[in-house]
Amino acid sequence: MLRSDWKPHPNRLAHSARTLALALATFCAVRYGVAQDAPLLSGGVALLTNTNAGNTSYTPIIEPLLAAPIGQHLLVESRAVLLESFSPKGGGQTGYDHAHFVGLTYLQGDYIALPHLTVVGGSFLLPFGSYNERLSPLWISNLQDGPTSSNLGLMSTGVGTGGVLRGSAVSRRKYSVDYATYFSSRVGNEYFASKRSSGGRASLYLPDARLEIGLSYNRLLQGTHENFYAVHLWWEPKDTGLRLRSEFNRGQHAQGYWIEADYRAQQFGGPDTFIGRFEPVFRIQQTFRRDTLVSDGVPLVDTQRADFGLDYNLPHNTRILTSYGRQFSSTGNRNIWETEIVYRFLFPAWKGKGL
Amino acid sequence: MSSKHLLLLAVVVLGLLSGRSQAASQDQAHAAKATKRPAAAVRASQHEDEGDRIFQQNCSRCHNAPEGFSDRISGTIVRHMRVRASLSQHEEQQLLRFLNP
Repeated sequence: MLRSDWKPHPNRLAHSARTLALALATFCAVRYGVAQDAPLLSGGVALLTNTNAGNTSYTPIIEPLLAAPIGQHLLVESRAVLLESFSPKGGGQTGYDHAHFVGLTYLQGDYIALPHLTVVGGSFLLPFGSYNERLSPLWISNLQDGPTSSNLGLMSTGVGTGGVLRGSAVSRRKYSVDYATYFSSRVGNEYFASKRSSGGRASLYLPDARLEIGLSYNRLLQGTHENFYAVHLWWEPKDTGLRLRSEFNRGQHAQGYWIEADYRAQQFGGPDTFIGRFEPVFRIQQTFRRDTLVSDGVPLVDTQRADFGLDYNLPHNTRILTSYGRQFSSTGNRNIWETEIVYRFLFPAWKGKGL
Repeated sequence: MSSKHLLLLAVVVLGLLSGRSQAASQDQAHAAKATKRPAAAVRASQHEDEGDRIFQQNCSRCHNAPEGFSDRISGTIVRHMRVRASLSQHEEQQLLRFLNP
């Protein structure tokens, strides 16, 4: 029986800690030393420039992602963002102000429970629409800015705290259906801020036509309850290098759509030739206010914007993104010039013996 | 036409025929090799095709393929993709086999 006045001896505690650390290190070395499931570090490091209505800002940014499998069914993953932003001082002053931001984008545990079901818990990207989960990473997006209308349904932060049930419902050679449904609680702390909401997404993919259509719905469950809807349509004709993506979002107070086309010039000798590495991009988007009751990440007046981009895919996972955009609204039209160089890294989290 | 010309013509024709027959024999050899491929190799090729299809249809829908990565993390990448791209268990296994033939 454990005595109530028992206290661990400091030396014994240190010895136990050392033993535990040694056991953990041995476990990791054996577990991950020669296997294919060593924890990985991935992400992007980039330098962004943005000239908006004549003011140029510079943003060095790193978005690291850690994915660590535990056992056969569990995966812990997290993405963070570290950035420093340099913007011109306003009010006729010369020079630049700078601000920095460090934070976790999400931190979640994924438990593969069944062949068609994965249970996700923690802080997660809201599975709504197609942009937030799939195209928002720095090393994936074709243009520096995300579409404005994709903010609808993301509950201000784009992140939920709670759980997700997701997976592939059906997967056949001719079609596949996947789903994600979530519940998020209200969290007010600065690291994992989220709103109480619930919803999900279902997508149908037709491989022969390379066509994907998806429907999303969620509902804000705090304050004034509101519904959000989205439908996305992607078409990527086989072996053409062309990708067409589009999405329509509708909220209680605003709605909008975006259509993006990008073409990898792989027809000219393959994707890894000088010409084949070019990737012109075009995106058009419109947002419409239904009223001005709340701020939901969508401009307070009807806005149209067209972006013309030219990306270049350098060897070694490096991309250069350039674009010119013109925005039209009743508050004034403006030009937006953006450039970015981004390097995508992907390697094991620690050294080990390869296979 | 002189005998020299005839001889030259004969050499050229023989050369062409030889080239054709060599190509034909190579084709036959390839065909024979293909027909004699062991069943395991055919299965491996099918897995590779299936894995390539899954990669093109799921991973490449959103992003370019990364240029090379350590074998040690291929399983982790596939598990991450399983969650992110909602792959089925079968697709996950085929993709892992494709990345580690």
